[in-house]
Amino acid sequence: MAGLSLDLIALQLFAGLALGAIYVLFAIGLSLIFGMLTVVNFAHGAFYMVGAYVGVYILMLGGSFWICLIAVPLLVGLFGVAVERVLIRPLYGRGIDYPLLLTFGLSYVIVEFVRIAFGKTGFPFDTPEILQGAVNIGVGYFPLYRLFVIGATATVLLALWLFLEKTSFGLIIRAGARDPQIVRVLGVDVAKVWLIVFGIGTAIAGFAGLLAAPLQGVIPEMGGTILAEAFVVTVVGGMGSIGGAVLAGLLVGVVVSMTSLFAPEMAKVSIFALMAVVLIIRPQGFFGRAGLMS
Amino acid sequence: MNELSQPYPRTGVAPVSWFQFATRHRASIASLVVLVFPLVMPFTALAVNILIYGLYALGFNLVYGYLGLLSFGHAALFGTGAYLCGIAIVHFALPWYAAIALGILGGLLMAALIGVLAIRTRGIYFAMVTMALSQCVYYLFYQAVDWTGGENGLRGINVRVIDVFGIKLNFLNPLTRYYVIAAFVIAAFFVLSRILASPFGAVIEAVRENETRAKASGYDATVTRLITFVLSGGFCGLAGALQALHLSIVPIEILHYDTSGVVVMIALLGGMGTFFGPMIGAAAFLLLENLVSVWTVHWQLIVGAVFMICVLFFPAGIWGTLISRGKP
Repeated sequence: MAGLSLDLIALQLFAGLALGAIYVLFAIGLSLIFGMLTVVNFAHGAFYMVGAYVGVYILMLGGSFWICLIAVPLLVGLFGVAVERVLIRPLYGRGIDYPLLLTFGLSYVIVEFVRIAFGKTGFPFDTPEILQGAVNIGVGYFPLYRLFVIGATATVLLALWLFLEKTSFGLIIRAGARDPQIVRVLGVDVAKVWLIVFGIGTAIAGFAGLLAAPLQGVIPEMGGTILAEAFVVTVVGGMGSIGGAVLAGLLVGVVVSMTSLFAPEMAKVSIFALMAVVLIIRPQGFFGRAGLMS
Repeated sequence: MNELSQPYPRTGVAPVSWFQFATRHRASIASLVVLVFPLVMPFTALAVNILIYGLYALGFNLVYGYLGLLSFGHAALFGTGAYLCGIAIVHFALPWYAAIALGILGGLLMAALIGVLAIRTRGIYFAMVTMALSQCVYYLFYQAVDWTGGENGLRGINVRVIDVFGIKLNFLNPLTRYYVIAAFVIAAFFVLSRILASPFGAVIEAVRENETRAKASGYDATVTRLITFVLSGGFCGLAGALQALHLSIVPIEILHYDTSGVVVMIALLGGMGTFFGPMIGAAAFLLLENLVSVWTVHWQLIVGAVFMICVLFFPAGIWGTLISRGKP
């Protein structure tokens, strides 16, 4: 193939990283919530979609994209906190399937509410003016907005890392993920910690939805597709591992991007093939603890 | 409950409670209900839908209710059954019975494929892996346009006459269609009841209740899981094949994530791990969907809310709640 230069492959690699950044954000929220609460949040895609719609609404009201970057995670996080408090908390101690089933039902309700409020058709989402265009990154011109997505994701990851590793509250979260019983004995209100973790996880999902909006538009069903793909990321990376979610998210993004360069019709299937290979070779994922699977 | 706490004297024949009676004759009772069912339904097409989704939920319940594994990928089994049945008729002009047999085979094979991968994971992962794999199946069928019609669905599965040992039945007549499909569903009742009553059925429940103990008793938990998942695929494949004959088209949405979700809702609504639950769940779910869609297009809102209420307050489902009241 004559058209394939090294530069093109490098550019496609960057495009894959931008796509992977969205997966990373989506999957770390999922992983954080699972690692702490052992809840698989099937409504995570719905929170992601709500994030994009809140962005649309703020822009309608005349707000700027920069306001969205702050307001969307806050609002979606608050929504997540309310959901945990009212709907998920009564289910703790009743088996691992029930919160999963509840969030699954919840995703239907949220999607349908958005359809009622904003219509079924969805919205285009313009890239903010200052982030339009492309910049030369050495191997060729790359869309500025995608660079911004990579940068914003890196910032969120850094902030999350500092929060978890360097603050006393982060210490409680890490301890709670190891052994909630001991943490409770030490006098920590674990229920409050879980509430906040769920809020953080859903806030990041909303942020991911907002970042993805200019790349793929905004429709009520946008959360469903990414949920299945994020499950691939968590299985590949190892459930409950944030490092695993980051590595696997980027890997999945690059795999999709590379297969769409060489065999576009296989792009969607390739990541599931990746998951199948990981399941055969290392069922617990890259960073998963073996015991967690059973 | 130990032997001493039996409320009746052990002499003579112990009285049989209605619950024991219903358990012993579960397949016959379910068959009788299915036979008179269209007489109480507002229209036959709804009754046919309830039968097919009930059968689909019956297969799903084998894995979720009896084996204790939550699958979010059963659409792949249902859809493969439907597509293989449709392809047999549209592309190869095979007779209806061969098409149904292929549909069952398709469900079994797809379950074996997904099962081999997904069974390597346990618990919560199982839901995620089955969902992701069924999404993969969706894309594969979507892209095989020559065979499946892709986005437009597989059209032209026209079966007008069902020929049974020389008797020609008019499949276009709604009531005849109902009873032809009911014949398969009734057969499935007896097969499932037989499986559950067999020693293997006991092993399935043993693995769900206590894997370590089941293993210590010499049973291979992994193989049990795989076989149960494959059997479930057979039931779902049959349901899919019947769906293809009923609709005379296989829409691509049959493989969608929503089709996997619907069966989870039906099984939970009816009562998971019970024999009658899936059918009752299918009837309740489809009646609710029909009623609600009369006055609003946003029926998913109501259905989702009802499901959440069910998870929060009635996790045993309709039939499960009833028998926990009626059990002696």
